[in-house]
Amino acid sequence: MNRIISPKNAQKIMKTIFWASGILAILILLVIIGYIIIKGLPVMSLEFIFGEPIDSGRSGGIFPMIVSSIYVTLVAVLVATPLGVGAAIYLAEYAGENNLVRAIRFGTETLASIPSIIFGLFGLSFFVIFLGMGWSVLSGALTLAIMALPTILATAEVSIESVNKSYGEGSLALGATKWQTVYRVVLPAALPGITTGVILGMGRAVAEAAAILYTVGAALSIPISLFDPARPLPLHLYMLATEGISLENAYGTAAVLVILILLITIISNSLVDRYSKKMMGR
Amino acid sequence: MSKTNESLVEKGLLITAISSIILIALIILFIFWEGIPAMQSYGFFNFVFGMDWSPSDNQYGVFPMIIGSLAITGLSLLMAVPLGISCAIFLAEIAPNSMRQILRPTIQTLAGIPSVVYGFFGLIILVPFMRVQFGGTGFSMLTASIVLTVMILPIIVSVSEDAIRSVPYEYKEASLALGSTHWQTIKNVLFPAAIPGIITSVILGMGRAIGETLAIIMVAGNVVQIPGSIFDPVRALTSNIAIEMGYATGIHYNALFATGIVLMAMIIILLVIANYLHYKKKVTIGGGYL
Amino acid sequence: MDRIEVQDLNVYFDDLHVLKDVNLNIKNNMVTALIGPSGCGKSTFIRTLNRMNDLIDTFHKTGTVLLDEEDIYDPKVDVVDLRKRVGMVFQKPNPFPKSIFDNVAYGLQIHGITDKRMLKEKVEESLKAAALWDEVKNKLDKSAMGLSGGQQQRLCIARTIAVEPEVILMDEPCSALDPISTTKIEDLIHRLKRDYTIIIVTHNMQQATRVSKCTAFFLNGEIIESGSTDKIFIEPCDQRTEDYITGRFG
Repeated sequence: MNRIISPKNAQKIMKTIFWASGILAILILLVIIGYIIIKGLPVMSLEFIFGEPIDSGRSGGIFPMIVSSIYVTLVAVLVATPLGVGAAIYLAEYAGENNLVRAIRFGTETLASIPSIIFGLFGLSFFVIFLGMGWSVLSGALTLAIMALPTILATAEVSIESVNKSYGEGSLALGATKWQTVYRVVLPAALPGITTGVILGMGRAVAEAAAILYTVGAALSIPISLFDPARPLPLHLYMLATEGISLENAYGTAAVLVILILLITIISNSLVDRYSKKMMGR
Repeated sequence: MSKTNESLVEKGLLITAISSIILIALIILFIFWEGIPAMQSYGFFNFVFGMDWSPSDNQYGVFPMIIGSLAITGLSLLMAVPLGISCAIFLAEIAPNSMRQILRPTIQTLAGIPSVVYGFFGLIILVPFMRVQFGGTGFSMLTASIVLTVMILPIIVSVSEDAIRSVPYEYKEASLALGSTHWQTIKNVLFPAAIPGIITSVILGMGRAIGETLAIIMVAGNVVQIPGSIFDPVRALTSNIAIEMGYATGIHYNALFATGIVLMAMIIILLVIANYLHYKKKVTIGGGYL
Repeated sequence: MDRIEVQDLNVYFDDLHVLKDVNLNIKNNMVTALIGPSGCGKSTFIRTLNRMNDLIDTFHKTGTVLLDEEDIYDPKVDVVDLRKRVGMVFQKPNPFPKSIFDNVAYGLQIHGITDKRMLKEKVEESLKAAALWDEVKNKLDKSAMGLSGGQQQRLCIARTIAVEPEVILMDEPCSALDPISTTKIEDLIHRLKRDYTIIIVTHNMQQATRVSKCTAFFLNGEIIESGSTDKIFIEPCDQRTEDYITGRFG
């Protein structure tokens, strides 16, 4: 055996490398989140969160941006959820294997792989200009809805499919129609999974900036109507940072955004946990 | 409920299902509708292979940005793929349970952090660091690639981990029972069997890297040029659209949509290559049965 | 001569007590059969002999397992070396998704043999020893997954003997196979016992009488009776053994 490194030493070396890469990943996260929160927390006062921006964000708060983020995300999810869940029900319960279904799947996969800036371009030319919605909450939300659709659809389909087939059969055997079965038996059982999908879609919408850069406007005031322009948090952060307006407020905005995302991650994780425990318990 | 209601429900669901096809069609239609005029008036060949992008002089060549996108993506893959696969192997094979319970949510959180936050972090930490270490402005292809590495790491880790995990346990058992070390088993049995899934993870990461916009704008320097070294500033296709759309009018506006067409074409080519590689690997590994 | 001595072996998975005070000596160059109803601990037992149970986090044990009078659970013992000395054939044929040649060459390569000619010789030798050579000699570069179940199992045996173990553990090697393939494997076991110490787990009692010289009967994690196969099947000492071999339970 004329090997330079013996198998046992190779094993030790590689194990060290694997450990190092795992620890590196954790360190990266800690550094990024830690830095932003440490720098941002001192800025995050009540006046910052509930105040109006002053001098285009140079000082003052970010309340209109928080409202914008929530507004745009909620409208996006309200539009995307029925479409996504409806499509998921169709694919999981009604569709066979035919060309139409293949086309639908291909369409969803393509939708998931399109860069967000392309959605932005589409939103600009279709919603803002062609449909005349202007730079508004509605244009931004609809653009985000298209982006969140594949996430919601995929998660919902998986959870509907994983509902035990015998439940459905049990209901059908009692003389219930297909839709009654889906509505009363399958959907309630799949609800936690569907909710997780919606929250994931929400996370995607809250974090997005490129797709709404040219669809939602950049107003500094609180949006009231669907046709008002708005400025969600990621967009605000982008503008504060790149236009060198206020580093301090950028830290604060980034911290709020990171905390929001952490909350969404924790909520969806605990949902998944509880869901899988419930399934195991059966 | 009557039969007609049942079929109405089914039709309604069908409509929601085909909405994704309609949306894709609409997106392609509108991007092309707005983009084609620029390619027509400037010439398709000149547009794609032109070296100059200077809207004020009516020059619309996107070639340096195609190279820019590919260069940033390639460099970030060079860093993210080894690290990502290594993390995936760690998660799937090496890590004790307690470690796994920390690392999984970490990867998940990294995936959820908004791209502008990554860009912001790169801008305030990485750019000054690069400036001090390597001179220049600090805005460079390398800086952008490092930021992208962190951004595409989660998808590479999670998809590769799934691939490694789904290799049948029997293979691992058989290999260990022959007296191979854990690393020999990973290298010779688990990894080759997981290759199709690992390739998918790399392609997904690549797609995300090519499509990323704002984080790159914030750290890449955005100079339209073919980079001579990794410390040169570059502009990606995506950045080009986002930077100039704010003030573009006329043919310039159309040229930005045309940039979007090039971007989409690149993504589609990637998807096709990915599917082909995936398929081919599937067929060749194990002489055609895996 | 005793190759393996197991003394007061207790095995637990978490709180589950799977093997209870097992004592068994395995003789050199002989086939020992382990019989008993499913879930009685036979498989767990042989997996203790090459430390495959180490892969399970919840596994722990008391007692000693000696191979050539050396405790295989001693911290000084390298588990990789141990598994090279104690080969294993699994219940379900599990060839790698590689070519037939690569499957057999795998173990040789990981143990440092890279010379092409030597690999070829060893692969041929092992395949001949496993009575598979004539069936596959013209398609060595084809995938092992294309072989029949019986051929796959013989390939797995070839793969195991290629690394020249001293002991071969077989965990119900025929339970997934048809009768003809089973006969071939049994013939093979007869030929292999000259060179190897073989321990075979089986729930097929005819098989135990056909291939083994010694037998141990497991029930609920205990060895009820062990000794020469003839004796156990003709005049068992324990009522429970008799009940089992006459088919009253199991």
